[in-house]
Amino acid sequence: MKRHPAAVGAHYGALVVLGLICITPIVVMFATSLKLQTQIFDTGLNLLFAPTLQNYRDVLGEGSFARYLTNSLVVGIVSTVITLALGCMAAYGLARFRFRGRTAVAYTTLLLRTVPLAVLAVPVFMLWSRAGLINSLPGLVLLYVAVNLPFTIWLLYGFVLQVPVEMEEAAAIDGCGPVRVFYRVVLPLIKPGLAAAAIFTFRIAWNEFILALVLTDRATRTLPVAASLYITDIGVDWGKIMALGSLIAIPPLIFTFIAARQIITGLTAGAVKG
Amino acid sequence: MRRAPWVPLLYIGPAAAVMAVACLFPLISALQLGFYDWSMGTPWAEARWVGIDAFVAAFRDPAVWRSLVTTLIFAAVCVTAEMLLGIALALALEGDLRAMAFFRTLFILPMMIAPIAVGLTWRYLFDAQFGLLNALLGVLGAAPVAWLAQENTAFIAIVIADIWQWTPFVFIMMIAGLANVDTAVLEAARIDGATWWQTTRRVKLPMVMHVIAITLLMRLIDAFRVLEVIYILTFGGPGDSTEILSLHIYKTAFVGQRLGSAAAISVLLLVVVATLSWGALKLSNPLKEGDRA
Repeated sequence: MKRHPAAVGAHYGALVVLGLICITPIVVMFATSLKLQTQIFDTGLNLLFAPTLQNYRDVLGEGSFARYLTNSLVVGIVSTVITLALGCMAAYGLARFRFRGRTAVAYTTLLLRTVPLAVLAVPVFMLWSRAGLINSLPGLVLLYVAVNLPFTIWLLYGFVLQVPVEMEEAAAIDGCGPVRVFYRVVLPLIKPGLAAAAIFTFRIAWNEFILALVLTDRATRTLPVAASLYITDIGVDWGKIMALGSLIAIPPLIFTFIAARQIITGLTAGAVKG
Repeated sequence: MRRAPWVPLLYIGPAAAVMAVACLFPLISALQLGFYDWSMGTPWAEARWVGIDAFVAAFRDPAVWRSLVTTLIFAAVCVTAEMLLGIALALALEGDLRAMAFFRTLFILPMMIAPIAVGLTWRYLFDAQFGLLNALLGVLGAAPVAWLAQENTAFIAIVIADIWQWTPFVFIMMIAGLANVDTAVLEAARIDGATWWQTTRRVKLPMVMHVIAITLLMRLIDAFRVLEVIYILTFGGPGDSTEILSLHIYKTAFVGQRLGSAAAISVLLLVVVATLSWGALKLSNPLKEGDRA
């Protein structure tokens, strides 16, 4: 059924407009990061300007930037690895085993995913203070893992269900113990799920702001918290804050362009097939 | 296959332990914390037991009610707009275009960017002096609007930011749902002479009702969890016109320094979210086995 060229054109046109709407704020952020204070204060629609890297030099030059970057990277990578490891095991366990309390565990896991982080912030602040975990990276990692596990388990659960049980049984007949079946047969088959879960988990740990704000101090601060500090009572240092914001946005942008398909599969898998 | 009874524990134990310690336990502690009057900076031993005073006070506090109303209106407006826009756009733009993969990549950008970056960018766009929106209004000959300084426009601002961020999500979910519709049924409808509208309303929409319901509930629950964007965009202002519950809790705890009260209000928010989530769970039947067609 050939479509009328005008319809196809309109179709593309609409998609282009929507695409522009999606990327314009992001482009504005990058553009502003390349402007000097004077250019920013120049009101009016100035689309043409001489870009400068001064803001980036200022932000990167601040002695603490390296520390914040390290903190963000450490927290992001470690929480992602731990979440994936614990999450894929739990997903497999929920999918393949029947045991008392299985429904309770499954439902609790799913309900935990919906907890507003502000609600967690208050008691965690109190508990972490008493446990000596406040202002520490391990304390933050522990919280991020707990917060990300529900979604990761739910995501990987769907992928595990798609692995035919017969393959595992065949491997078991061939002499593989249950752990090897999991490791050698199931894990490789759910790689797309693991990739999606890794991206989502890292993105949350990397982008997260409010819990990090509450649980870190100058030594353990992550990049998003550092960015928020450019908002003061006097005003906002737009050039620098946009520069830092742009830097923070780079890993998610890279992930998005490389792995868009996996991300979308991860998002839609549970809802659509069910 | 016979399995030793400790095997499930081995697989699920570690994850369950972490979630119990760092997620479930704090939530229960929040409930406990609500019974105390504890100010930040004082040692825990000095916290005063106040019984249900904090809970009662929270129920009576007009600021809490205002915040709840703001949150409900915010959630209702955003989710309605996002669902309508997302579904309409998906219906209009579904279909196999080769470039669709590229566009989909663009469409997931808003939700992948850090929420505080979203808040920052929109705060800049809405800025009364340097913002792009007022610049555009200037080009069109209209007067600039002090978006973030007036209550109504500030609310519009946070709604627009949320719509920008999440409509693409609804769109992508709907596209995926529509792609799964059995083409044989659509073809049968076409042969029977159904118009586009009839096909859409009577065939397509019912077949994607499940996806719509799940997306709707996901958005609704997430609308109650919004915090970071509004924190940066308006910080609840002007006054408390955009102070949704999450932000009110945060401010009570870490600005007002009243952790007990904040915990009490948290319980209220939790009840709302838990109720919605329970409904979503029942609807999506998460423990469905691998019974795919």
